[in-house]
Amino acid sequence: MAWMMWTAPTAMFFIAIGAMLCVMTIVELRRPTVLRRGLLPVPTTRGDRLFISLLAAGFVHLGWLALTDLPVIWASGLALGLGVGIMARG
Amino acid sequence: MSPENNRAWLGVLPVVLVVAFSGVVPLMTVVNYSVQDILDVHTRFFVGFDWYRETLRDPRFADALLRQVAFSLTVLAIELPLGILVARAIPKGRAFTPLLLVLIALPLLIPWNVVGTIWQIFARGDIGLLGVTLNAVGLEFNYTQNPLHAWLTVVAMDVWHWTSLVVLLAFAGLSSIPAAYYQAAELDNASAWQTFRHVELPKLRGVLIIAVLLRLMDSLMIYTEPFVLTGGGPGNTTTFLSQYLATMAVGQFDLGPAAAFSVIYFLVILLLCWLFYSSVVKRDA
Repeated sequence: MAWMMWTAPTAMFFIAIGAMLCVMTIVELRRPTVLRRGLLPVPTTRGDRLFISLLAAGFVHLGWLALTDLPVIWASGLALGLGVGIMARG
Repeated sequence: MSPENNRAWLGVLPVVLVVAFSGVVPLMTVVNYSVQDILDVHTRFFVGFDWYRETLRDPRFADALLRQVAFSLTVLAIELPLGILVARAIPKGRAFTPLLLVLIALPLLIPWNVVGTIWQIFARGDIGLLGVTLNAVGLEFNYTQNPLHAWLTVVAMDVWHWTSLVVLLAFAGLSSIPAAYYQAAELDNASAWQTFRHVELPKLRGVLIIAVLLRLMDSLMIYTEPFVLTGGGPGNTTTFLSQYLATMAVGQFDLGPAAAFSVIYFLVILLLCWLFYSSVVKRDA
């Protein structure tokens, strides 16, 4: 695995993504998702909302890096809040 | 979801494994590269988000992204209606129809670098049929020096190369419409436009979504043809994202910045395709 040039932060990032997918699978098996319409303009399943949350988190970070020199941790906090909002109300 | 449905997921396990090794592992590696300054295999430094910040604030990246989106929208706006128009003109069920379809599909069989070379020669002002003809009518066509001419040539090349795909998909869609629909339209005295708008277009919706998705993704990743045809010039006027990326990754061997660029590029394509998918496909669902 050394050829993949791992670093601790990227390993943690991918472990978090993997854990998220595992949790989603377990939740899906126990409580199958229902297509619903929330604040987002299209009906979504739980998996759709996770995908949208991750994509939004990516663009929040990119926007932050493009526009400001403030610490990225603020962008992560913002992305987390946005993600929770999308999962709950999206 | 029933237990049977869950067990059915085992059937897609081989595909998941193949995609994991061919797509996910390389993507993870690129993400790893994007946060490091890599001097050689054994010498590398963690730099956090520095390459992302540098790329996002690079005006050449913004220019290339703008050109890329403009190019994709332009070719989609031409190829889609043109493809439908050609597909509608192809007679159905005639003896020569299969031969016609094969002839139309020929550009799809030509390797991308050969397409670039064909157009490079075809558009040359001194020996190319297109260039010489345009010069003969007094247009002073020179795609190597005039940015507008270069753009038009790249767009024309893409239209020539890929409209066939839309034609084939649209023709397949048109062929699947039962004759009864046309008979009903005829009984209602529907005009040709009304028949197209209310009979054919709704029935073509599925294949057209596939056509737009394929062309959108592919045009956003275009590299070989414009690289061979114009080399990204004159200046940088036909340098698209992929070519700028290749210059960084292969030409300068800047693996860290190129990896950050790749991740941003990937997210942009993912966002555009998701926007299209959710606005068209999910809304229907």
